[in-house]
Amino acid sequence: MALKATQLKVGDTYTECLVEDLKRTQIVMYAGTSGDYNPLHTDEIYTKDVAKYPSVFAHGMLTMGMTGRMLTNYVGDGRLTKYGVRFTSQVWPGDTLHSTATVDSVDKGIVNLTVETRNQNDVVVLSGYAAARID
Amino acid sequence: MAVDRFPVEATHIMMFARSVADYNQIYYDDNYAKTTEVGHVIAPPTFAQSSAQFDPNYFLRPKVGQPWFGSGKEPTGIKREPSSGGGGGGGGLHAEQHYEYHRHIKPGDILKGVVKPGKTWEKEGKRSGKLVFTETVTEYYDQTGELVITAKGVGVRTERPVDSK
Repeated sequence: MALKATQLKVGDTYTECLVEDLKRTQIVMYAGTSGDYNPLHTDEIYTKDVAKYPSVFAHGMLTMGMTGRMLTNYVGDGRLTKYGVRFTSQVWPGDTLHSTATVDSVDKGIVNLTVETRNQNDVVVLSGYAAARID
Repeated sequence: MAVDRFPVEATHIMMFARSVADYNQIYYDDNYAKTTEVGHVIAPPTFAQSSAQFDPNYFLRPKVGQPWFGSGKEPTGIKREPSSGGGGGGGGLHAEQHYEYHRHIKPGDILKGVVKPGKTWEKEGKRSGKLVFTETVTEYYDQTGELVITAKGVGVRTERPVDSK
């Protein structure tokens, strides 16, 4: 269901839980479909012993993909015109993520949104923007 | 990323949607999709990233008979190749990703990804030393030559692993 301009105002928010206790297998699934087989995401031996990170961590694009689900659930299917993010902190197995879209402006059939995804410690892991066609 | 032929297939869309934990039936069920405003299955917003599957030489995929920097039973000692920037991978991390949708892609599309090099810049990071950013713009064209998605990736190479604290 698309959003209606008459029902939106600046500052409106929409929030979803993206994932609870992120599983390593979910990260493996994303590697498999995206084709990004960087061992940093799935190979604990390489990631700890060679790359010197505390454990494997999620692809930024997995967080962006899950955040995209929150966006399309809010604005409707096929309505996004722009979506961009910065990856501000890593996402680790076991993390729980919540994502919020906030209405920045509504103009000429387009809603502009600020997008933010936070982990269970309230650390911002992704920040960005989106724009979508509205009725 | 640059890719000559990226055929968009319903099964790939279904598996990709599962991998981002998105169970919206518009990605799975053609009969359901026909009842929606869109009228057909579409791909999730970040699906274009999976064009890596159609790059035969993609360097973040192990290949038979070639060295791979990930571990077997133990670390191999093979150094990772430097990233050519844009998407993160290799020795770098993915810092930013931006999409502009001219239309939403669907099963049956055959895309071509054309890469345009972007800017490179440096800055000093508190958690990881010197940071070198590289931007790559990929334009995805469909089988009719229509521009469907413009993607901009920013990769960052760090002097040392990012401090997770």
